[in-house]
Amino acid sequence: MYGLFLRHFYLIKSSLPRVLDLIYWPTIQIILWGFISKFFSIYSDYYNNTLGIILTCAILYDILFRSSISFNMLFLEEIWSRNFTNLFIAPLKLKEIITSLVFTALIRTLIGLVPAIILTSPLFGVSILKLGLPLLLLFLSLYIFGITLGLFVSAGLMRFGPSFENIAWSSLFLLAPLGCIYYPIEILPNFFQLIAKGLPLVYIFDETRSILLNGMVSYENLKYAYLLNLFYLIFGLILFYFSFLRARIKGTLINMGE
Amino acid sequence: MYNPLEIINLSKNYNTKEAVKNVSFKLNRNEIIGILGPNGCGKTTTIGMILGLLKPTKGKVLIKGLEIENHRVELLNELNFISPYIELPKKLTVKQNLEVYGRLYDVKKLKTKIEYLCEKLRLNEFINKITGELSSGQKNRVSLAKSIINDPSVLLLDEPTASLDPETGDFVRSFLEEYQREKETSILLASHNMSEVERLCSSVLMMNRGSIIDQGTTSELISKHGRKNMEEVFLKLTREVI
Repeated sequence: MYGLFLRHFYLIKSSLPRVLDLIYWPTIQIILWGFISKFFSIYSDYYNNTLGIILTCAILYDILFRSSISFNMLFLEEIWSRNFTNLFIAPLKLKEIITSLVFTALIRTLIGLVPAIILTSPLFGVSILKLGLPLLLLFLSLYIFGITLGLFVSAGLMRFGPSFENIAWSSLFLLAPLGCIYYPIEILPNFFQLIAKGLPLVYIFDETRSILLNGMVSYENLKYAYLLNLFYLIFGLILFYFSFLRARIKGTLINMGE
Repeated sequence: MYNPLEIINLSKNYNTKEAVKNVSFKLNRNEIIGILGPNGCGKTTTIGMILGLLKPTKGKVLIKGLEIENHRVELLNELNFISPYIELPKKLTVKQNLEVYGRLYDVKKLKTKIEYLCEKLRLNEFINKITGELSSGQKNRVSLAKSIINDPSVLLLDEPTASLDPETGDFVRSFLEEYQREKETSILLASHNMSEVERLCSSVLMMNRGSIIDQGTTSELISKHGRKNMEEVFLKLTREVI
C-alpha cells in the first residue's frame, strides 16, 4: 500500500507541472464562482430571473470550448496513437494540416453541440435561436477564437511535446473567469478588467446579454470581437509555423511518440 | 543522373552536443545500405534529417538532386519510413488506415494498390480488424504496407523486424528482398540484427558517436577486421571507440 502511495508521490514530487496542475483547477473554480456569486449578490435583479440568458451564455461558451478542445484533441490523438511522426512525414503542407483540422473541429463541435441545443428547448424552454441572425456572427466569432486557442496549444504540443498536454485542457478554464461569460466586465477587479478587455469573449458575451435583455444588436461589440479575433488568429498562425521550425531544430517531431 | 539519396557533410547539434558529425554517403538506385551502430550513435537523427523532421545544423540532404530543406513537401512523396516507435492510428481498421495514407500520399488507383499490398503482405485475413487489436507481427506488416503505399524511391527502415518472431521476421526480410528487386527501390536500413544486415545489405555504414567510423560491403568489413561475422565486427568497432 505504501509502495503504491510512493509510486504516485514520487511522480508528484518530481514534477512541478503536476503540482501546479493540482493547484490550478480548484483556484480557477473558486475564482469563477467567486465572481458569479459576487455578481448575483450585488445585482440580484439584473437577469430578472431569466434562466435563458445564463443557459444561452453557457451554450455559447461551449461552442468555444468544443471547437478548441476538438482542435487540440485531433493533435493529441495523433500523439497518443504514436502516429504523429507519420503525419509529418506525409507530403502535407502545414496550411493543409491546419485547414483539415479546422474543418474536422467544426464537424466535431456541431456533433457535440446540436443535441445539447435541441434538448434545452423541451427541458428548460430556452432556445439560443432567439438570438436571431446575430447568432451566426456570435457562433463564427467564438469558433474562430476556439480554433485560435487550438493553434496556440497545438503549437505548444509541437514544440514541447506531450508534456504540454495539461495546458491543452486547462487553457480554456483560465479564460472562463476573464471572459465574463455570466456577468458583465464591471464585476472584475480593475486589473482583471484590463486583461479581459483584450479578449474577444468579453464583447461576444456582452453582446449576447444585450440582445437578450434589450432586444438590440450593437455591431460595435461584434466589430471589436472580430478585430481581436483577427489579431489572435494571425498571431496563432505565426506561432504554429514558428513552433514547427523550432520543433525541427529541437528534434521534438521525431521523438513525439516515444 | 542524380542519386535517389545523397548526404553531404551532414551535422546536427543539440545545444553543445554533436549528435551527428559530418556524415556523407550516397545511396544508389536499387541498393540497400545498412546503417549500424550502438544506441544513441546518431542513426535516428540522420534518418530524421533525411525525412525533414529535423533541421540539419550543417550539410545537405539531397533527394534526386533536390535539397529536402527547400523542397520538403514535394520530396516527401519520394520517401517513406517504418519504425517500431511509430504506429498507425489504433482505432481505425487496417483498411481505413491504408485508405487514409493512400489519400495523404495521393496514390492513384488506391483500391488496386490496397489489394496488391493485402495480397503481398498477407493482410486479407485481418483487413477489417481494428489496428490496435492486432498482434505485433500483424501491426508490423500493416506498417510495412503503409511505408510502401506510395512506391517510394527511398525507403527508410528503422529496425523493421525488431520484436518479431523468427517466422514473421523472415517473411518481412523475404518480402523486402522481393519488393526491392521488383521496384528497384533504394533502401536505408538501420538495424541491430546483424544477420539481417548481412542478408539484405550490399554495403554498410558503421556509426559511432555521430560519425561514420567505417564502411564497405559486409564481406570487406569482416575480412578487414579479421572477424567471423558482422556481429563481431560491430562489437570490435564500437568497443574500440568507447
